[in-house]
Amino acid sequence: MKRKISLTLNGKAVADEVEPRLLLIHYLREVASLTGPHIGCETSTCGACTVLLDGRAVKSCAMFTVQADGRQVLTIEGLAPNGKLDPLQEAFWNEHGLQCGFCTPGMILTARQLLNDNPSPTEEEIRKGLEGNLCRCTGYQHIINAVKAAAAKQGA
Amino acid sequence: MATITSKPETLVGKRIRRREDPRLITGTATYLDDLKLPGMHHACVVRSPHAAARIKNINVKPALELPGVVAVFTGADVKEVGPVPCAAGLPGLRVPHHHILAQDRVYLVGHPVAVVVATDRYIAADAADLVEVDYQELPAVADPEKALAPGAPAVHPQWPDNVAFTFHQEGGDTAKAFQDAEVVVKQRITSQRLIPTAMETRGVVADWKAGEKSMTLWSSTQVPHLLRTLLAGMLGMPENRLRVITPEVGGAFGSKLNVYAEEALMAFISMRIGKPVKWVESRRENFLCTIHGRGHVDYFELAAMRDGTILGMKLKLIQDLGAFLQLLTPAIPTLSVLMMPGLYKFKNISADIVGAFTNCTPTDAYRGAGRPEATHGIERMVDILAAELKMDPAQIRLKNFVDNDAFPFVTATGLAYDSGNYALPLNTALAEVDYASLRREQQQARQQGKLMGVGISAYGEICAIGPSPATPAGGWESATVKIEPSGKVTVLTGTSPHGQGEETTFAQITADELGVDIDDVLVIHGDTSIVQYGIGTFGSRNTAIGGTALYYALQELKTKIKKFGAVLLDVDEVTLVGGVCVDEKSGRSVSFNQVAAAAYRALKLPPNTEPGLVATHFWEPPNFTFPFGAHIVVTDVDRETGQVSVRRYVAVDDCGKIINPLIVAGQVHGGVAQGLGQALWEQAVYADNGQLLSGELTDYALPRAHMMPWIESSHTITPSPVNPLGVKGVGEAGTIGCSPAVVNSVVDALSPLGVRHIDMPLTPEKIWKLIQEGRA
Repeated sequence: MKRKISLTLNGKAVADEVEPRLLLIHYLREVASLTGPHIGCETSTCGACTVLLDGRAVKSCAMFTVQADGRQVLTIEGLAPNGKLDPLQEAFWNEHGLQCGFCTPGMILTARQLLNDNPSPTEEEIRKGLEGNLCRCTGYQHIINAVKAAAAKQGA
Repeated sequence: MATITSKPETLVGKRIRRREDPRLITGTATYLDDLKLPGMHHACVVRSPHAAARIKNINVKPALELPGVVAVFTGADVKEVGPVPCAAGLPGLRVPHHHILAQDRVYLVGHPVAVVVATDRYIAADAADLVEVDYQELPAVADPEKALAPGAPAVHPQWPDNVAFTFHQEGGDTAKAFQDAEVVVKQRITSQRLIPTAMETRGVVADWKAGEKSMTLWSSTQVPHLLRTLLAGMLGMPENRLRVITPEVGGAFGSKLNVYAEEALMAFISMRIGKPVKWVESRRENFLCTIHGRGHVDYFELAAMRDGTILGMKLKLIQDLGAFLQLLTPAIPTLSVLMMPGLYKFKNISADIVGAFTNCTPTDAYRGAGRPEATHGIERMVDILAAELKMDPAQIRLKNFVDNDAFPFVTATGLAYDSGNYALPLNTALAEVDYASLRREQQQARQQGKLMGVGISAYGEICAIGPSPATPAGGWESATVKIEPSGKVTVLTGTSPHGQGEETTFAQITADELGVDIDDVLVIHGDTSIVQYGIGTFGSRNTAIGGTALYYALQELKTKIKKFGAVLLDVDEVTLVGGVCVDEKSGRSVSFNQVAAAAYRALKLPPNTEPGLVATHFWEPPNFTFPFGAHIVVTDVDRETGQVSVRRYVAVDDCGKIINPLIVAGQVHGGVAQGLGQALWEQAVYADNGQLLSGELTDYALPRAHMMPWIESSHTITPSPVNPLGVKGVGEAGTIGCSPAVVNSVVDALSPLGVRHIDMPLTPEKIWKLIQEGRA
């Protein structure tokens, strides 16, 4: 029943045997012990499970692990590999872009893709870009500030 | 020995980034579902698909036959476990026996009927689908007013009227106020059921160690100590053998201020299988089985003179309780009644609450807990009165505010408002929006047929909950400060923050008081085996009560530090400046670290002084605190679609002194987002048969980034005299102040069409229909 997969996870090649029905989020959390991506809904509405798949933000609760076969997956744990924070992580910290922190890994990775595509987004573009990620704590305002600050720092 | 006389920079009041954040932004924090214990099993709960039904038979055999399943338990197995507790006591309260698994009957959709335990999360879910439950469906009722009508289905057969309690409160002479009144306005106002929706659902891990006769239970909770006490009672085990740990908690907003069936159920399972067991709520379960908020139908009457002077208020409050009473369910509407006078000086109120059972999820404390409902009603009624009298809504408020020289002001509901300057935030907000020119602009817009509204709310709230006599389980808070031999400082707080940032604000307070580097301070919370008993985090109480307990523990330690410093310098008295003990006469000094080491080395003790530098303080607050503020919202309503756009949101809040402006701003923004959610989008919708139609995030409209306006937040500062920090609390203010300002704004926009009131949420469909009716 199990299927062989191999993928690049946070820059490292990994190979495993998984049940075809195993969701990517469960693979990351339970098998690979990467608990940075969180489960908030399992219906792809909240975005807490967001990871980058070949550089694109995807909701890892809405895809099977076998669909990641041969691809590159980046979780929040892989964003600061040598302990040097990504400008977005630094900005979320400086601007108080998080409270309980549960949505934060997904929010940061979605913002990462946003800034990769559009290095200096307007407030409206940031809001639009983050609409797939729910935050119940911040009202989003400090998150917007954080993305703006990270964009400014990157551009500098 | 160095001489240091310069006063160090203080941290209280500074915008300091949070000390919690490094673990959160790197994905290395440990939330409940991140826990993995050796031999850990997984539980999946089988839940009722019906709102009311008799359980005729349960067949667990097919589930047990699935490889990997180790046990299935039903109601018959857990009869010995005590009921899910309700801590709120009201005279004559009817408390249904709330078993942790259904016995012969289910009372709401989601009612736990059985629990499957397996070696793997997927197998547990598979097996739960194999449990066969034979139900005989019964009639259900999902609306509190329908539940109170004669002939309604009885939620609990022993109480056919569906009344859990009635409660009356009277202050002043309301009958006379209504006799004297020149004008009386009346309105039915609802505060719809909301689903708190913390981004992290609930979860529990229980680990019974038979050899030690002890249990460790991790739960995503706001109240680890209360949970331990009540859970020990349910399980019949000694409290000191139960350790409750809160890992990182992913938001709560009141929804985790409770004791839930699954907490006792996991403890029970772990004792039965002798292995650790984990249960994590699905989002669907979160919507069905974690408490809801609000659920009011309120009938308000306001008595006034023609000059706008308010004389008195009457309220008939129908509270939708749901099928069971959770920890504080019946107490929440009593908070609404306490709040009835708002910021106004009228002294006559009369309130009647009816608590109605429905076949729905229990309601309980959700951000604001009774106070948003009250504020919404009061602030809507003041606007309705202003419209009736053709007065300006700002002027009518300014006219009725409690006067600045009247504090402490005793209200008709028996509260003593601590301090206030109620006109200040309103006048500040009016200036900020340039109110006069907004009104001129509105006149022009109306001439062009545009629907533009300006809405005001002036809110007060009851925070720092609260003095022990006013709470079901004690309202004090505790703090222990330990200065280690190396001079590092450990703070143990009985509060249980989960996003509010007390690891930072408490470190700021500690660093300032002791004069140490903030990096030398560690704040610990949420482990009953490490932290002295505490009450927890709710009711905007952490800093005002927990911070004050910390403050007094620090004062005690400072005295002791100075005694040791004096011994080391061989003088009678020293001062403590910047963490250094100084003999003012000679200028000689000893460092903080030297004093800490000496206190533990104990070669020479000061008179009547024990070794060590540890202090614990339990602080009982003499009163609540009463923050206040004013929010002004400018809206534009699209005539063709009924869509409401918030053009400006101005919040001027007074939460007393501010420890960390960055954190306070975050609390305001988040609070306003939840208030806007209620005003515009969110609603728990039940079908008549008790099915929750808004049962997933796909059907429940939470605010998203593109839906939120920019919040212009500022503060006036009126210190509270209740505590030495001068703080009042800010966790719920945004939510409480928000919804009436939004609805007042939209009603103002639609007032040329003859609209006088709209119930929340202000969906485009609802607004569009009103516009169509207005045109006809």
